[in-house]
Amino acid sequence: MKYEGNIIRYGDNVDTDVIIPARYLNTSDERELAAHCMEDLDPAFRSRVRKGDILIAGQNFGCGSSREHAPIAIKASGISLVIAKSFARIFYRTAINIGLAIIECPEAAEAVSDGDRVEADLDRGVIRDLTTGQEFRTEPFPPFIQQIISAGGLVRAFSEGKI
Amino acid sequence: MGMTMTQKILAAHAGADRVAAGQLILASLDRILGNDITAPVAVRAFSGMGTPAVSDPEKIVLVMDHFVPNKDIKAAEQCCICRDFSREQGIRHFYDAGRAGIEHALLPEQGLVTAGDVVIGADSHTCTYGALGAFSTGIGSTDMAFGMASGKGWFRVPSAVRFHLTGSLRRFVSGKDVILHIIGKIGVEGARYRSMEFDGDGVSALSVSDRLCIANMAIEAGAKNGIFPVDEQTLAYLSAHGAAEPRIFKADADAQYDAEYEIDLSEIGPTVAFPHLPENTKTFSEIGNIPVQQVVIGSCTNGRLEDLRAAAEILKGRHCAESLRVIVIPATQQTYLDAMDEGLLRIFVESGAVVSAPTCGPCLGGHMGVLAAGERAVATTNRNFVGRMGHPESEVYLASPAVAAASAVTGRITSPEEVMA
Repeated sequence: MKYEGNIIRYGDNVDTDVIIPARYLNTSDERELAAHCMEDLDPAFRSRVRKGDILIAGQNFGCGSSREHAPIAIKASGISLVIAKSFARIFYRTAINIGLAIIECPEAAEAVSDGDRVEADLDRGVIRDLTTGQEFRTEPFPPFIQQIISAGGLVRAFSEGKI
Repeated sequence: MGMTMTQKILAAHAGADRVAAGQLILASLDRILGNDITAPVAVRAFSGMGTPAVSDPEKIVLVMDHFVPNKDIKAAEQCCICRDFSREQGIRHFYDAGRAGIEHALLPEQGLVTAGDVVIGADSHTCTYGALGAFSTGIGSTDMAFGMASGKGWFRVPSAVRFHLTGSLRRFVSGKDVILHIIGKIGVEGARYRSMEFDGDGVSALSVSDRLCIANMAIEAGAKNGIFPVDEQTLAYLSAHGAAEPRIFKADADAQYDAEYEIDLSEIGPTVAFPHLPENTKTFSEIGNIPVQQVVIGSCTNGRLEDLRAAAEILKGRHCAESLRVIVIPATQQTYLDAMDEGLLRIFVESGAVVSAPTCGPCLGGHMGVLAAGERAVATTNRNFVGRMGHPESEVYLASPAVAAASAVTGRITSPEEVMA
Protein backbone atom coordinates (compact mmCIF):
# COMPACT_ATOMS: atom_id res chain seq x y z
CA MET A 1 0.00 0.00 0.00
CA LYS A 2 1.50 3.28 -1.14
CA TYR A 3 0.33 6.77 -0.28
CA GLU A 4 1.47 10.21 -1.38
CA GLY A 5 0.05 13.51 -0.23
CA ASN A 6 0.54 16.84 1.47
CA ILE A 7 0.90 16.95 5.24
CA ILE A 8 -1.67 18.48 7.59
CA ARG A 9 -0.11 18.58 11.05
CA TYR A 10 -1.65 18.59 14.55
CA GLY A 11 -0.32 18.09 18.11
CA ASP A 12 -0.76 15.59 20.96
CA ASN A 13 -4.02 14.10 22.31
CA VAL A 14 -6.26 14.93 19.34
CA ASP A 15 -9.49 13.49 20.76
CA THR A 16 -12.54 12.06 19.03
CA ASP A 17 -14.69 14.96 20.26
CA VAL A 18 -12.70 17.41 18.14
CA ILE A 19 -12.37 14.96 15.23
CA ILE A 20 -16.16 14.80 15.06
CA PRO A 21 -18.14 16.65 17.76
CA ALA A 22 -21.02 14.69 19.34
CA ARG A 23 -23.53 17.28 18.17
CA TYR A 24 -23.16 15.73 14.71
CA LEU A 25 -23.50 12.12 15.85
CA ASN A 26 -27.21 12.05 15.13
CA THR A 27 -26.20 10.73 11.70
CA SER A 28 -23.78 8.12 10.41
CA ASP A 29 -23.75 9.50 6.85
CA GLU A 30 -20.09 9.80 5.92
CA ARG A 31 -20.48 12.94 3.80
CA GLU A 32 -22.29 14.76 6.61
CA LEU A 33 -19.64 13.63 9.09
CA ALA A 34 -16.83 14.75 6.76
CA ALA A 35 -18.45 18.19 6.51
CA HIS A 36 -17.74 18.71 10.25
CA CYS A 37 -14.44 16.84 10.59
CA MET A 38 -11.90 18.63 12.85
CA GLU A 39 -14.31 21.55 13.18
CA ASP A 40 -13.57 22.31 16.85
CA LEU A 41 -9.79 21.94 16.47
CA ASP A 42 -9.18 23.58 13.11
CA PRO A 43 -12.14 25.24 11.37
CA ALA A 44 -9.94 25.69 8.25
CA PHE A 45 -9.45 21.92 7.84
CA ARG A 46 -12.47 21.46 5.59
CA SER A 47 -11.44 24.10 3.09
CA ARG A 48 -7.82 23.02 3.16
CA VAL A 49 -7.95 19.24 2.91
CA ARG A 50 -7.39 17.67 -0.54
CA LYS A 51 -7.95 14.07 -1.55
CA GLY A 52 -4.89 12.03 -0.66
CA ASP A 53 -3.59 14.38 2.05
CA ILE A 54 -1.79 12.79 5.00
CA LEU A 55 -2.53 13.73 8.64
CA ILE A 56 0.40 13.76 11.02
CA ALA A 57 0.01 14.13 14.78
CA GLY A 58 1.68 13.62 18.15
CA GLN A 59 0.86 11.22 20.96
CA ASN A 60 -2.43 9.48 21.75
CA PHE A 61 -4.23 10.41 18.52
CA GLY A 62 -7.94 9.53 18.67
CA CYS A 63 -8.25 9.37 22.46
CA GLY A 64 -11.68 9.44 24.05
CA SER A 65 -14.90 8.04 22.68
CA SER A 66 -15.24 4.79 20.71
CA ARG A 67 -17.24 6.54 17.98
CA GLU A 68 -16.35 4.92 14.66
CA HIS A 69 -17.69 8.14 13.17
CA ALA A 70 -14.23 9.64 13.89
CA PRO A 71 -12.16 7.53 11.46
CA ILE A 72 -15.12 7.51 9.05
CA ALA A 73 -15.12 11.35 9.02
CA ILE A 74 -11.35 11.49 8.47
CA LYS A 75 -11.46 8.95 5.64
CA ALA A 76 -14.47 10.61 3.98
CA SER A 77 -12.64 13.95 4.14
CA GLY A 78 -10.13 12.54 1.68
CA ILE A 79 -7.28 11.82 4.12
CA SER A 80 -5.40 8.77 2.83
CA LEU A 81 -3.18 8.04 5.84
CA VAL A 82 -2.70 9.13 9.46
CA ILE A 83 0.80 9.05 10.92
CA ALA A 84 1.18 9.66 14.68
CA LYS A 85 3.63 9.15 17.51
CA SER A 86 1.00 6.91 19.09
CA PHE A 87 -2.71 6.12 18.76
CA ALA A 88 -5.37 5.58 21.41
CA ARG A 89 -6.29 1.90 21.28
CA ILE A 90 -9.98 2.03 20.33
CA PHE A 91 -9.22 4.47 17.50
CA TYR A 92 -6.45 2.15 16.29
CA ARG A 93 -8.98 -0.70 15.97
CA THR A 94 -11.78 1.37 14.47
CA ALA A 95 -9.51 2.96 11.85
CA ILE A 96 -8.21 -0.39 10.64
CA ASN A 97 -11.69 -1.92 10.77
CA ILE A 98 -13.12 0.75 8.44
CA GLY A 99 -10.08 0.72 6.15
CA LEU A 100 -8.39 3.98 7.13
CA ALA A 101 -4.63 3.49 6.90
CA ILE A 102 -2.77 4.52 10.06
CA ILE A 103 0.81 4.04 11.19
CA GLU A 104 2.81 4.83 14.30
CA CYS A 105 6.12 6.52 13.51
CA PRO A 106 7.41 8.83 16.27
CA GLU A 107 10.42 9.96 14.22
CA ALA A 108 8.32 11.08 11.24
CA ALA A 109 5.74 12.65 13.54
CA GLU A 110 8.53 14.70 15.10
CA ALA A 111 10.36 15.75 11.93
CA VAL A 112 7.80 16.28 9.17
CA SER A 113 6.40 19.81 8.75
CA ASP A 114 2.96 21.04 7.85
CA GLY A 115 2.65 21.32 4.07
CA ASP A 116 5.50 18.89 3.26
CA ARG A 117 4.94 16.36 0.49
CA VAL A 118 5.25 12.84 1.90
CA GLU A 119 5.32 9.37 0.35
CA ALA A 120 4.63 6.25 2.47
CA ASP A 121 5.01 2.59 1.54
CA LEU A 122 3.43 0.68 4.42
CA ASP A 123 4.17 -2.78 2.99
CA ARG A 124 7.88 -2.02 3.09
CA GLY A 125 7.63 0.21 6.15
CA VAL A 126 9.18 3.34 4.61
CA ILE A 127 8.03 6.95 4.96
CA ARG A 128 9.83 9.57 2.85
CA ASP A 129 9.54 13.35 3.20
CA LEU A 130 9.84 14.44 -0.44
CA THR A 131 10.21 18.09 0.59
CA THR A 132 13.24 17.56 2.86
CA GLY A 133 14.52 14.22 1.57
CA GLN A 134 14.38 12.63 5.05
CA GLU A 135 13.48 8.95 5.30
CA PHE A 136 11.88 7.08 8.20
CA ARG A 137 11.37 3.39 8.96
CA THR A 138 8.24 1.84 10.44
CA GLU A 139 7.09 -1.66 11.31
CA PRO A 140 5.38 -3.08 8.20
CA PHE A 141 1.75 -4.15 8.74
CA PRO A 142 1.20 -7.90 9.10
CA PRO A 143 -0.52 -9.39 6.01
CA PHE A 144 -3.99 -9.70 7.59
CA ILE A 145 -4.06 -6.00 8.46
CA GLN A 146 -2.92 -5.18 4.90
CA GLN A 147 -5.81 -7.34 3.64
CA ILE A 148 -8.35 -5.48 5.78
CA ILE A 149 -7.16 -2.05 4.71
CA SER A 150 -6.85 -2.90 1.01
CA ALA A 151 -10.35 -4.43 1.03
CA GLY A 152 -11.69 -1.15 2.42
CA GLY A 153 -12.36 -2.46 5.91
CA LEU A 154 -13.15 -5.53 8.02
CA VAL A 155 -16.71 -5.96 6.72
CA ARG A 156 -15.69 -6.22 3.09
CA ALA A 157 -12.62 -8.30 3.91
CA PHE A 158 -14.88 -10.70 5.87
CA SER A 159 -17.64 -10.88 3.23
CA GLU A 160 -15.07 -11.40 0.46
CA GLY A 161 -13.51 -14.24 2.42
CA LYS A 162 -10.16 -12.47 2.76
CA ILE A 163 -10.05 -12.88 6.53
CA MET B 1 5.70 -16.25 34.74
CA GLY B 2 2.27 -15.72 36.27
CA MET B 3 -0.76 -14.07 34.72
CA THR B 4 -2.65 -10.94 35.69
CA MET B 5 -6.36 -11.13 36.54
CA THR B 6 -7.23 -9.81 33.06
CA GLN B 7 -4.98 -12.36 31.36
CA LYS B 8 -6.61 -15.20 33.28
CA ILE B 9 -10.11 -14.17 32.21
CA LEU B 10 -8.97 -13.83 28.59
CA ALA B 11 -7.21 -17.20 28.65
CA ALA B 12 -10.36 -18.90 29.94
CA HIS B 13 -12.41 -17.31 27.14
CA ALA B 14 -9.87 -18.24 24.48
CA GLY B 15 -9.82 -21.89 25.58
CA ALA B 16 -6.14 -21.60 26.50
CA ASP B 17 -4.31 -22.61 29.66
CA ARG B 18 -2.31 -19.45 29.53
CA VAL B 19 -1.86 -16.31 27.47
CA ALA B 20 0.94 -13.76 27.48
CA ALA B 21 1.00 -10.01 26.95
CA GLY B 22 1.12 -9.11 23.27
CA GLN B 23 -0.47 -12.36 22.10
CA LEU B 24 -3.40 -12.06 19.66
CA ILE B 25 -6.36 -14.21 20.68
CA LEU B 26 -9.91 -14.90 19.56
CA ALA B 27 -12.11 -14.99 22.68
CA SER B 28 -15.75 -15.91 23.22
CA LEU B 29 -17.92 -13.04 24.43
CA ASP B 30 -20.51 -13.01 27.20
CA ARG B 31 -22.09 -9.66 26.32
CA ILE B 32 -22.01 -7.37 23.30
CA LEU B 33 -23.26 -3.87 23.97
CA GLY B 34 -24.26 -0.95 21.76
CA ASN B 35 -26.13 2.33 22.11
CA ASP B 36 -28.24 4.64 19.94
CA ILE B 37 -25.13 6.29 18.41
CA THR B 38 -22.88 3.29 17.81
CA ALA B 39 -25.37 0.45 17.20
CA PRO B 40 -26.81 1.88 13.95
CA VAL B 41 -23.29 1.87 12.47
CA ALA B 42 -22.87 -1.72 13.72
CA VAL B 43 -26.22 -2.76 12.21
CA ARG B 44 -25.06 -1.43 8.82
CA ALA B 45 -21.74 -3.26 9.16
CA PHE B 46 -23.56 -6.45 10.24
CA SER B 47 -25.81 -6.34 7.17
CA GLY B 48 -22.69 -6.17 4.98
CA MET B 49 -21.19 -9.29 6.55
CA GLY B 50 -23.57 -11.65 4.77
CA THR B 51 -24.73 -13.40 7.96
CA PRO B 52 -28.54 -13.25 8.22
CA ALA B 53 -28.87 -13.90 11.98
CA VAL B 54 -26.86 -12.89 15.03
CA SER B 55 -25.05 -15.77 16.70
CA ASP B 56 -26.84 -15.44 20.05
CA PRO B 57 -29.45 -12.71 20.65
CA GLU B 58 -29.25 -13.29 24.44
CA LYS B 59 -25.69 -11.93 24.50
CA ILE B 60 -26.61 -8.67 22.81
CA VAL B 61 -27.67 -5.60 24.80
CA LEU B 62 -28.86 -2.42 23.08
CA VAL B 63 -29.45 0.65 25.22
CA MET B 64 -30.98 3.85 23.91
CA ASP B 65 -29.29 6.42 26.14
CA HIS B 66 -27.23 9.09 24.40
CA PHE B 67 -29.79 11.27 22.63
CA VAL B 68 -32.94 10.03 24.38
CA PRO B 69 -35.69 11.01 24.79
CA ASN B 70 -34.88 11.75 21.13
CA LYS B 71 -33.54 15.25 20.71
CA ASP B 72 -34.27 15.60 17.01
CA ILE B 73 -35.50 13.76 13.94
CA LYS B 74 -32.15 12.26 12.99
CA ALA B 75 -31.60 10.95 16.52
CA ALA B 76 -35.09 9.44 16.47
CA GLU B 77 -34.28 7.67 13.21
CA GLN B 78 -31.11 6.18 14.72
CA CYS B 79 -33.25 4.67 17.50
CA CYS B 80 -35.67 3.27 14.89
CA ILE B 81 -32.79 1.34 13.29
CA CYS B 82 -31.97 -0.22 16.69
CA ARG B 83 -35.62 -0.95 17.48
CA ASP B 84 -36.21 -2.67 14.10
CA PHE B 85 -32.98 -4.66 14.37
CA SER B 86 -33.87 -5.88 17.88
CA ARG B 87 -37.29 -7.03 16.67
CA GLU B 88 -35.90 -8.79 13.58
CA GLN B 89 -33.14 -10.52 15.52
CA GLY B 90 -35.12 -11.37 18.66
CA ILE B 91 -32.90 -9.27 20.93
CA ARG B 92 -34.62 -9.30 24.31
CA HIS B 93 -32.20 -6.94 26.04
CA PHE B 94 -33.30 -3.87 24.13
CA TYR B 95 -33.76 -0.93 26.49
CA ASP B 96 -35.76 2.01 25.23
CA ALA B 97 -36.57 5.29 26.97
CA GLY B 98 -38.77 4.51 29.97
CA ARG B 99 -37.24 1.09 30.55
CA ALA B 100 -33.67 2.17 30.31
CA GLY B 101 -31.02 4.43 31.65
CA ILE B 102 -27.38 5.07 30.98
CA GLU B 103 -25.92 1.79 29.73
CA HIS B 104 -23.02 1.42 32.17
CA ALA B 105 -25.26 2.07 35.17
CA LEU B 106 -28.01 -0.11 33.71
CA LEU B 107 -26.12 -3.34 32.96
CA PRO B 108 -24.79 -3.89 36.51
CA GLU B 109 -28.14 -2.85 37.98
CA GLN B 110 -30.02 -5.34 35.77
CA GLY B 111 -27.57 -8.13 36.63
CA LEU B 112 -26.41 -8.41 33.00
CA VAL B 113 -22.72 -8.65 33.92
CA THR B 114 -21.09 -11.04 36.35
CA ALA B 115 -17.55 -11.64 37.61
CA GLY B 116 -15.37 -13.45 35.09
CA ASP B 117 -17.34 -12.27 32.02
CA VAL B 118 -15.82 -10.91 28.85
CA VAL B 119 -17.86 -7.93 27.69
CA ILE B 120 -17.33 -5.68 24.68
CA GLY B 121 -19.28 -2.53 24.06
CA ALA B 122 -19.32 0.03 21.30
CA ASP B 123 -18.87 2.72 23.90
CA SER B 124 -15.55 3.64 25.42
CA HIS B 125 -16.83 3.54 29.00
CA THR B 126 -17.64 -0.16 28.73
CA CYS B 127 -14.57 -0.62 30.93
CA THR B 128 -16.90 0.15 33.90
CA TYR B 129 -17.71 -3.54 34.56
CA GLY B 130 -14.16 -4.29 35.66
CA ALA B 131 -15.47 -3.10 39.04
CA LEU B 132 -17.38 -6.40 39.22
CA GLY B 133 -14.39 -8.55 38.32
CA ALA B 134 -15.23 -8.82 34.60
CA PHE B 135 -12.99 -8.08 31.63
CA SER B 136 -14.82 -5.36 29.74
CA THR B 137 -13.59 -2.98 27.10
CA GLY B 138 -14.76 -0.43 24.58
CA ILE B 139 -14.52 -1.28 20.90
CA GLY B 140 -15.89 0.19 17.66
CA SER B 141 -19.09 -0.48 15.79
CA THR B 142 -17.46 -2.86 13.30
CA ASP B 143 -16.06 -4.92 16.18
CA MET B 144 -19.57 -4.96 17.63
CA ALA B 145 -20.95 -6.22 14.31
CA PHE B 146 -18.33 -8.98 14.18
CA GLY B 147 -19.19 -9.86 17.81
CA MET B 148 -22.90 -10.08 16.97
CA ALA B 149 -22.21 -12.24 13.91
CA SER B 150 -19.72 -14.62 15.53
CA GLY B 151 -20.06 -14.33 19.31
CA LYS B 152 -16.32 -13.69 19.36
CA GLY B 153 -13.86 -10.86 19.42
CA TRP B 154 -10.14 -10.55 18.73
CA PHE B 155 -7.90 -9.04 21.36
CA ARG B 156 -4.27 -8.32 21.89
CA VAL B 157 -3.59 -9.58 25.41
CA PRO B 158 -2.67 -6.51 27.46
CA SER B 159 0.13 -6.07 29.93
CA ALA B 160 -0.88 -4.35 33.15
CA VAL B 161 -0.22 -1.49 35.52
CA ARG B 162 -0.86 -2.33 39.17
CA PHE B 163 -2.42 0.06 41.68
CA HIS B 164 -1.97 -1.16 45.21
CA LEU B 165 -4.57 0.61 47.35
CA THR B 166 -4.22 1.12 51.10
CA GLY B 167 -6.13 3.11 53.72
CA SER B 168 -9.65 4.43 53.38
CA LEU B 169 -11.31 7.55 52.00
CA ARG B 170 -11.77 10.75 54.00
CA ARG B 171 -15.20 12.31 54.37
CA PHE B 172 -16.41 14.01 51.15
CA VAL B 173 -13.86 12.07 49.10
CA SER B 174 -15.13 9.44 46.66
CA GLY B 175 -14.09 7.07 43.90
CA LYS B 176 -14.18 10.01 41.48
CA ASP B 177 -11.43 11.79 43.41
CA VAL B 178 -9.41 8.57 43.42
CA ILE B 179 -9.54 8.08 39.66
CA LEU B 180 -8.92 11.78 38.93
CA HIS B 181 -5.95 11.64 41.30
CA ILE B 182 -4.59 8.58 39.47
CA ILE B 183 -5.09 10.08 35.99
CA GLY B 184 -3.40 13.26 37.19
CA LYS B 185 -0.48 11.14 38.33
CA ILE B 186 -0.03 8.89 35.27
CA GLY B 187 -1.52 11.04 32.48
CA VAL B 188 -4.12 10.44 29.77
CA GLU B 189 -1.97 7.82 28.10
CA GLY B 190 -0.35 6.52 31.27
CA ALA B 191 -2.03 3.12 30.88
CA ARG B 192 -2.49 3.17 27.09
CA TYR B 193 -3.25 -0.34 25.73
CA ARG B 194 -2.81 -1.83 29.24
CA SER B 195 -4.98 -3.11 32.06
CA MET B 196 -5.26 -1.08 35.23
CA GLU B 197 -5.39 -3.71 37.95
CA PHE B 198 -6.40 -2.56 41.44
CA ASP B 199 -5.67 -4.53 44.57
CA GLY B 200 -4.67 -4.17 48.22
CA ASP B 201 -6.47 -3.69 51.54
CA GLY B 202 -7.88 -0.36 50.34
CA VAL B 203 -10.21 -2.13 47.89
CA SER B 204 -12.47 -3.35 50.69
CA ALA B 205 -12.84 0.25 51.90
CA LEU B 206 -14.31 1.25 48.53
CA SER B 207 -18.01 0.71 47.84
CA VAL B 208 -19.07 -1.06 44.63
CA SER B 209 -20.34 2.33 43.44
CA ASP B 210 -16.87 3.86 43.97
CA ARG B 211 -15.27 0.94 42.13
CA LEU B 212 -17.68 1.35 39.19
CA CYS B 213 -16.71 5.02 39.00
CA ILE B 214 -12.98 4.23 39.11
CA ALA B 215 -13.13 1.47 36.47
CA ASN B 216 -15.38 3.68 34.31
CA MET B 217 -12.61 6.23 33.84
CA ALA B 218 -9.79 3.75 33.14
CA ILE B 219 -10.22 4.71 29.48
CA GLU B 220 -9.33 8.30 30.42
CA ALA B 221 -5.83 7.02 31.24
CA GLY B 222 -5.82 5.25 27.86
CA ALA B 223 -6.36 1.82 29.44
CA LYS B 224 -7.90 -1.16 27.72
CA ASN B 225 -9.67 -2.08 30.94
CA GLY B 226 -9.69 -1.44 34.67
CA ILE B 227 -10.34 -4.34 37.01
CA PHE B 228 -10.94 -5.02 40.71
CA PRO B 229 -10.60 -8.29 42.61
CA VAL B 230 -13.86 -9.99 43.62
CA ASP B 231 -14.63 -9.72 47.34
CA GLU B 232 -17.62 -10.08 49.66
CA GLN B 233 -19.01 -6.73 48.55
CA THR B 234 -18.84 -7.75 44.87
CA LEU B 235 -20.57 -11.05 45.56
CA ALA B 236 -23.30 -9.36 47.60
CA TYR B 237 -23.86 -6.83 44.80
CA LEU B 238 -24.03 -9.50 42.08
CA SER B 239 -26.43 -11.59 44.11
CA ALA B 240 -28.67 -8.62 44.97
CA HIS B 241 -28.94 -7.75 41.27
CA GLY B 242 -29.63 -11.28 40.07
CA ALA B 243 -26.42 -11.64 38.07
CA ALA B 244 -25.30 -15.04 36.76
CA GLU B 245 -23.04 -17.26 38.87
CA PRO B 246 -19.71 -15.45 39.26
CA ARG B 247 -16.45 -16.99 38.08
CA ILE B 248 -13.66 -15.69 40.26
CA PHE B 249 -10.22 -15.13 38.78
CA LYS B 250 -7.25 -13.90 40.80
CA ALA B 251 -3.95 -12.51 39.61
CA ASP B 252 -1.04 -14.87 40.21
CA ALA B 253 1.34 -13.83 42.99
CA ASP B 254 4.16 -13.72 40.41
CA ALA B 255 2.17 -11.82 37.75
CA GLN B 256 4.27 -9.24 35.91
CA TYR B 257 3.34 -5.56 35.82
CA ASP B 258 4.80 -2.83 33.61
CA ALA B 259 4.58 -0.43 36.55
CA GLU B 260 3.29 -0.47 40.12
CA TYR B 261 1.85 2.40 42.15
CA GLU B 262 1.09 2.62 45.85
CA ILE B 263 -2.04 4.70 46.48
CA ASP B 264 -2.93 5.65 50.06
CA LEU B 265 -6.63 6.47 49.83
CA SER B 266 -6.52 8.53 53.03
CA GLU B 267 -4.11 10.99 51.39
CA ILE B 268 -6.48 11.87 48.53
CA GLY B 269 -8.50 15.07 48.80
CA PRO B 270 -11.33 16.46 46.65
CA THR B 271 -9.84 16.70 43.15
CA VAL B 272 -10.88 18.62 40.04
CA ALA B 273 -9.70 18.10 36.43
CA PHE B 274 -9.34 21.41 34.60
CA PRO B 275 -9.92 21.91 30.87
CA HIS B 276 -9.18 20.34 28.46
CA LEU B 277 -7.79 17.00 29.60
CA PRO B 278 -8.73 14.70 32.51
CA GLU B 279 -5.04 14.70 33.55
CA ASN B 280 -5.08 18.43 34.39
CA THR B 281 -5.96 17.77 38.02
CA LYS B 282 -5.76 20.18 40.93
CA THR B 283 -6.70 20.00 44.59
CA PHE B 284 -8.32 22.86 46.45
CA SER B 285 -5.10 24.47 47.69
CA GLU B 286 -4.35 25.21 44.01
CA ILE B 287 -7.85 26.29 42.97
CA GLY B 288 -8.72 29.98 43.17
CA ASN B 289 -12.00 31.72 42.47
CA ILE B 290 -13.49 30.10 39.35
CA PRO B 291 -17.13 31.07 38.75
CA VAL B 292 -19.24 28.52 36.86
CA GLN B 293 -22.53 28.88 35.01
CA GLN B 294 -23.67 25.25 35.08
CA VAL B 295 -23.41 22.17 37.27
CA VAL B 296 -24.18 18.68 35.97
CA ILE B 297 -24.62 15.79 38.39
CA GLY B 298 -25.12 12.47 36.62
CA SER B 299 -23.59 10.30 33.81
CA CYS B 300 -22.28 6.73 33.63
CA THR B 301 -19.47 7.89 35.91
CA ASN B 302 -21.53 9.44 38.71
CA GLY B 303 -25.28 9.02 38.21
CA ARG B 304 -25.87 6.19 40.69
CA LEU B 305 -27.93 6.43 43.88
CA GLU B 306 -24.82 6.85 46.07
CA ASP B 307 -23.77 9.82 43.92
CA LEU B 308 -27.18 11.45 44.25
CA ARG B 309 -27.10 10.89 48.01
CA ALA B 310 -23.71 12.62 48.24
CA ALA B 311 -25.03 15.62 46.30
CA ALA B 312 -28.30 15.74 48.24
CA GLU B 313 -26.49 15.73 51.58
CA ILE B 314 -24.92 19.05 50.58
CA LEU B 315 -27.91 20.58 48.78
CA LYS B 316 -30.42 19.73 51.54
CA GLY B 317 -31.79 22.94 52.97
CA ARG B 318 -29.53 25.05 50.73
CA HIS B 319 -30.18 26.93 47.52
CA CYS B 320 -28.27 26.76 44.28
CA ALA B 321 -26.60 30.08 43.46
CA GLU B 322 -28.73 32.28 41.20
CA SER B 323 -25.84 32.72 38.81
CA LEU B 324 -26.00 29.13 37.55
CA ARG B 325 -28.16 26.25 36.34
CA VAL B 326 -27.94 22.88 38.08
CA ILE B 327 -28.96 19.71 36.26
CA VAL B 328 -29.34 16.43 38.11
CA ILE B 329 -29.71 13.23 36.06
CA PRO B 330 -30.42 9.92 37.80
CA ALA B 331 -28.65 7.32 35.65
CA THR B 332 -31.47 4.78 35.38
CA GLN B 333 -35.22 4.47 35.89
CA GLN B 334 -34.55 2.43 39.05
CA THR B 335 -32.15 5.09 40.37
CA TYR B 336 -34.83 7.70 39.65
CA LEU B 337 -37.40 5.72 41.66
CA ASP B 338 -35.00 5.07 44.52
CA ALA B 339 -34.03 8.74 44.64
CA MET B 340 -37.70 9.65 44.67
CA ASP B 341 -38.44 7.22 47.51
CA GLU B 342 -35.55 8.60 49.56
CA GLY B 343 -36.73 12.17 49.03
CA LEU B 344 -33.60 13.15 47.11
CA LEU B 345 -35.47 14.48 44.07
CA ARG B 346 -37.44 16.84 46.32
CA ILE B 347 -34.20 18.13 47.82
CA PHE B 348 -32.81 18.81 44.33
CA VAL B 349 -35.92 20.55 43.02
CA GLU B 350 -36.33 22.62 46.20
CA SER B 351 -32.71 23.72 45.93
CA GLY B 352 -33.37 25.06 42.44
CA ALA B 353 -32.02 22.20 40.32
CA VAL B 354 -33.55 20.67 37.20
CA VAL B 355 -34.10 16.91 37.52
CA SER B 356 -33.93 15.16 34.15
CA ALA B 357 -34.95 11.75 32.90
CA PRO B 358 -32.02 9.32 32.51
CA THR B 359 -29.83 10.28 29.52
CA CYS B 360 -26.17 10.80 28.61
CA GLY B 361 -27.38 14.17 27.23
CA PRO B 362 -25.08 16.96 28.40
CA CYS B 363 -21.98 14.81 29.06
CA LEU B 364 -21.22 14.78 25.34
CA GLY B 365 -22.91 18.06 24.48
CA GLY B 366 -25.91 16.26 23.04
CA HIS B 367 -28.83 17.93 24.77
CA MET B 368 -30.27 18.70 28.24
CA GLY B 369 -27.63 21.24 29.20
CA VAL B 370 -25.43 22.34 26.29
CA LEU B 371 -23.00 25.20 27.05
CA ALA B 372 -22.70 28.55 25.24
CA ALA B 373 -19.40 30.18 24.24
CA GLY B 374 -17.45 31.32 27.28
CA GLU B 375 -19.47 29.30 29.79
CA ARG B 376 -17.97 26.99 32.39
CA ALA B 377 -19.46 23.88 33.95
CA VAL B 378 -18.53 21.71 36.88
CA ALA B 379 -19.63 18.21 35.89
CA THR B 380 -19.47 14.77 37.45
CA THR B 381 -18.95 13.40 33.93
CA ASN B 382 -15.76 11.90 32.52
CA ARG B 383 -14.35 14.10 29.72
CA ASN B 384 -13.45 17.76 29.49
CA PHE B 385 -12.17 17.91 25.93
CA VAL B 386 -12.64 21.04 23.79
CA GLY B 387 -16.34 21.34 22.92
CA ARG B 388 -17.31 18.27 24.92
CA MET B 389 -20.39 19.88 26.51
CA GLY B 390 -21.22 22.33 23.77
CA HIS B 391 -19.49 25.36 22.25
CA PRO B 392 -15.78 24.85 21.51
CA GLU B 393 -15.08 27.93 23.66
CA SER B 394 -16.87 26.49 26.70
CA GLU B 395 -15.07 24.72 29.55
CA VAL B 396 -15.76 21.60 31.60
CA TYR B 397 -14.26 20.94 35.05
CA LEU B 398 -14.56 17.30 36.15
CA ALA B 399 -15.32 16.61 39.81
CA SER B 400 -17.17 14.39 42.27
CA PRO B 401 -20.88 14.78 43.11
CA ALA B 402 -19.91 16.38 46.44
CA VAL B 403 -17.72 19.02 44.76
CA ALA B 404 -20.38 19.62 42.10
CA ALA B 405 -23.07 20.14 44.75
CA ALA B 406 -20.86 22.45 46.82
CA SER B 407 -20.10 24.45 43.68
CA ALA B 408 -23.83 24.65 42.94
CA VAL B 409 -24.34 26.36 46.29
CA THR B 410 -21.60 28.97 45.91
CA GLY B 411 -21.54 29.49 42.12
CA ARG B 412 -17.80 28.81 41.94
CA ILE B 413 -15.67 25.66 42.12
CA THR B 414 -15.90 24.80 45.79
CA SER B 415 -14.79 22.06 48.14
CA PRO B 416 -17.57 20.31 50.07
CA GLU B 417 -15.43 20.85 53.17
CA GLU B 418 -16.01 24.61 52.82
CA VAL B 419 -19.80 24.41 52.45
CA MET B 420 -20.24 21.77 55.17
CA ALA B 421 -17.79 23.34 57.61
